[in-house]
Amino acid sequence: MKPGHGEVLIAEGDVERADDEQRLIEEFRRQLDAGLWAAVPVADTDGRRESIMVRSFEEIPWDADRVIFFPRAAGGR
Amino acid sequence: MLLALAATALVAVALLSDLIIPRVEELWGRWRARRQRAPAWSYDPGRERRAEQRARALLRSCVNEEEWSMYRDLGFLRVWGTLADGPDDAGGTGGAPYAYIIYPHRPIIAYLAQTHRLLNEYCVTFPDETRPYGSSRLPDSDDVLAKWMALTGDERRLITTANMHLPGRQLDPAQVRRDLWRLSQWERARMRQLAGGDGTTPPTDRQSAA
Repeated sequence: MKPGHGEVLIAEGDVERADDEQRLIEEFRRQLDAGLWAAVPVADTDGRRESIMVRSFEEIPWDADRVIFFPRAAGGR
Repeated sequence: MLLALAATALVAVALLSDLIIPRVEELWGRWRARRQRAPAWSYDPGRERRAEQRARALLRSCVNEEEWSMYRDLGFLRVWGTLADGPDDAGGTGGAPYAYIIYPHRPIIAYLAQTHRLLNEYCVTFPDETRPYGSSRLPDSDDVLAKWMALTGDERRLITTANMHLPGRQLDPAQVRRDLWRLSQWERARMRQLAGGDGTTPPTDRQSAA
């Protein structure tokens, strides 16, 4: 998510391919190092949607099709 | 005589340096900041509109159909609270169900689901300090999605990050209660519609851009 732009595709790949996975891991770390939060939207069997906040690449569910990065929360006025 | 005056001046400068140096550094910093040329991004309504359309598409792909319809029709989202005794600082809900109303770029409102009693306002922002177009402000629907993800993913973390205020600090409680009433009307109409009832459509107070 970017001001003035909305959704931006940062990287994509297949985690079952070693070179893709390494690239995705590096990009994931780069985004977190830049101070962003990462979330994975998921759906349960009842159709309810929620998200999982992830702090490391290993926490991403194996069947996740995307990770969304967004600026970290700050207390507002 | 001259030597004495010079020595006195030196001692005075040395003694006052703790006061003078930070002030000089501050003035120097301000002068340099003024001379730096800030990139001039003009507001582009077309760019902002395209950004908002992308944001709406992303939000729609993340929430379920009911939540999307709620946001499209009413302009806000409801997220159910999951903490056993309600959000922190709300004085405890005694186990009563509670929820949050998420408005774009406005505080999150916590309320009791059955009585519609407002609990707190949680002021939270998601500033992008890289300011890609001169602003740190996400598109409206991205702000809603960020709040939705943070609340459903880690409710306690978001609530403790936010600045908590009593209801009414920023949002008029009467307006929020009207929105809760609109939500209940909308849900009834939707239930009737889903049950194959009278065929009326839920009230729409907001135009859809998607």
